[in-house]
Amino acid sequence: MNRGPLIFLAAFLALSGSWYTYVVRPSMQLGRFQQTNMLGGSTLYPTARPGLAQQGLEVYRAQGCAYCHSQQVGQEGTRFQLLLTEAGTNTAEVATAVKKLAPQLAGTADPLASLPVAVYSGERRYDFEAASRTLNALGAKAVPQVVPYGADIARGWGKRRTIAEDFLFDSPTLPGSQRVGPDLASVGLRLPDPRWHLRHLYAPASEVKGSKMPPYRYLFETRRVARAPSPDALQLPREYAPPAGYEVVPTPDALALAAYLVSLRADAPLFSAPMTITSTAAPTADTNAPAGATATTPAPAINQ
Amino acid sequence: MNEPSPTRVDTLDSKSAPVPLGQSFWLLSTLIWSGAWLTLAFLFSLLASIKFHGPGFLADTPWLTYGRLRPAHIHCLGYGFCLQAGLALTAWIFGRLGNVSLAQPLLARIATGTFNLGVALGVLGILKGDATGYEFFEAPRYAALIMFAGYLLLGLVIAVAFHRRSEPGLYVSQWFLLAALFWFPWIFSSAALLLLIFPGRGMAQSVIAWWYAENFQSVWMWLVGIAGIFYFVPKLTNRPLHSRHLTLFTFWSLLLFASWGGIPASAPVPSWLPSLSAAATMLSGLVILTFLLNLHHTLAGNYRQLWGDATLRFMAVGTAAFVVVAVAKIISALSPVAAVVDFTWFRYALGQLNGFGFLSMVLLGGAYYATARLPGFSISRTLAGAHFWLAFLGIVFAFLPLLFGGIIQGLKLQDPQVPFLNVANLTLHFLRLSTVGELLLLAGNALFLVNLAGALLRRARQQFALFRQEATRDLFAAAEAQR
Repeated sequence: MNRGPLIFLAAFLALSGSWYTYVVRPSMQLGRFQQTNMLGGSTLYPTARPGLAQQGLEVYRAQGCAYCHSQQVGQEGTRFQLLLTEAGTNTAEVATAVKKLAPQLAGTADPLASLPVAVYSGERRYDFEAASRTLNALGAKAVPQVVPYGADIARGWGKRRTIAEDFLFDSPTLPGSQRVGPDLASVGLRLPDPRWHLRHLYAPASEVKGSKMPPYRYLFETRRVARAPSPDALQLPREYAPPAGYEVVPTPDALALAAYLVSLRADAPLFSAPMTITSTAAPTADTNAPAGATATTPAPAINQ
Repeated sequence: MNEPSPTRVDTLDSKSAPVPLGQSFWLLSTLIWSGAWLTLAFLFSLLASIKFHGPGFLADTPWLTYGRLRPAHIHCLGYGFCLQAGLALTAWIFGRLGNVSLAQPLLARIATGTFNLGVALGVLGILKGDATGYEFFEAPRYAALIMFAGYLLLGLVIAVAFHRRSEPGLYVSQWFLLAALFWFPWIFSSAALLLLIFPGRGMAQSVIAWWYAENFQSVWMWLVGIAGIFYFVPKLTNRPLHSRHLTLFTFWSLLLFASWGGIPASAPVPSWLPSLSAAATMLSGLVILTFLLNLHHTLAGNYRQLWGDATLRFMAVGTAAFVVVAVAKIISALSPVAAVVDFTWFRYALGQLNGFGFLSMVLLGGAYYATARLPGFSISRTLAGAHFWLAFLGIVFAFLPLLFGGIIQGLKLQDPQVPFLNVANLTLHFLRLSTVGELLLLAGNALFLVNLAGALLRRARQQFALFRQEATRDLFAAAEAQR
């Protein structure tokens, strides 16, 4: 190690290994990702975000939103769940079997009173399949479900873990590194109304009491109401509303950002992140369907 | 090949030729530039920190929102200060150990100018909203390319000086600095090419950005920081470096393992990437292990010696921060720990402790040492001492609360029963404490700028007085003759 070229060579060899592994290989692997079919259907995922939402990604980047908000839902595991939907004709036998399979229902007089009922919920595939076989043999109908779980999912931040496919059409990809604010990977699922996002951007505390997010008032214009109020004007609570005769109108940047936020909905069941879409978890329908929202919820996809 | 004895570093000062004036001006002005960026960096982070006391603070000025101040802070600290002062110190150490001076001080000055133009454009671009969105690689394309051109030119001038050295043998610090000199252009050009010019598809971008950030923060910064410690500590304590072989071990494990980390455990990418990265990060424990062993034997266990000199004190704090960073990094690479501390203030505090607590402290100590020895320049020891204490307390108050606060934040985030807003409010206590630290850091780093700029000013005033004396001598002589 007493010559410059030797050190140069050492650094070259070490760095080329790291470079190949973390630059070349991932570029080959991730760079060749394609749209894939969602489980149980032929719907392609992901689709490119709508134009306005793509502009919104630029606004999200320029404002540095990613320094406070991650877009990475974690998942601790996946649970199998067996949902009894129809008891069939052999109700007495099925009720006994259900009581045996689901100890938490053993005390109830009639476990089949309110269907559907979760008969099995756990991570042991063997038990799950055995329960499924038992119920099917008795002529009952049991629907298998795959339910991801974890702290982030329990917080309602997403339905499954975030995977590389969720970012396929984004440039730059902004997965974030910190949770100064909540995770936004699926914010469009829990808050599908762009008007909510606009009000929240203008005055965060008006929508989330005690929020520490800074207001982004500069993305809005407060102006005198002309002949008629603008249809885009924000409907704000009194303490945040502009003086009488004025209205708060979002700039194109604010509209784009809101469209981007509602387009964040990583809810597709994929081979690499399986899950069952449950009907109860469908987003609350809003009269004003968000621009970026995918048109329809895909058909329930099942199977492990 | 004549194997230089490890003690050679002790006797070098007497052997080296005095630093030529052209290089002195270049070195001092480069350090003043870097001091200006350092001060600005902590002005930005102080403003960003104040926002946690009231979210409405400066919220209506888009240029000064949190999401722009924070990348601007990282950009100023990482490139404006660390990279620039790192190059300046590389030139100084190469000059001293190789008994050579920069052959092209004019080119070096042009390169520094270009580099600083790039950094300045980067700051303006980031504040304007042009940041790339990749952490530690924030400079927009136009700024990044100018900055890189400046780096390449300066790196070339320094490499030429290294090549022309009259002391053929290499001391360990030269290995580290030479590797760092080569490492940066590779990682930066890769990242610039694949993120800014031909951006890859989907998460390939984020993987490259993480790889770059890790190589900049862990490999480049550690190479330069360790080089500084291994140069100044043996020299100033007057003890030879314990083992060259152990240093070789540090060097190789740093190059081989630290460069393979950086992908967060939670990253939404194929799982071989985070797994490989975590394994490599754990192996990089060899770096800190061998480094500490070497230092321990060099000091013969007497760590008090590190407190004896102003420069050594900076090195001591830098070493302590390095130990904390390396150990915390290895522990937090374990996946159960990573699950807690990822996405919290822990990672941010660790990055700051690495960039400022470790590398910047080493660079500042070295910068004071070097400027005090430039012929014709003098710096204030009092100001340097004040800077040390402000920086030391600043590190304690600004980063350590966030490090601990991040762990608590992570534990609370893991429990879905705790509402998110409660978690956010909990971290506010730690953030507000860190504002005090940011204030101290701003004050301390401003003293560095004032001190160095004062040295230049005093020198300029002296030169001017000399010049006037010289210029008016004939006049007086003529007047005398007339009388």
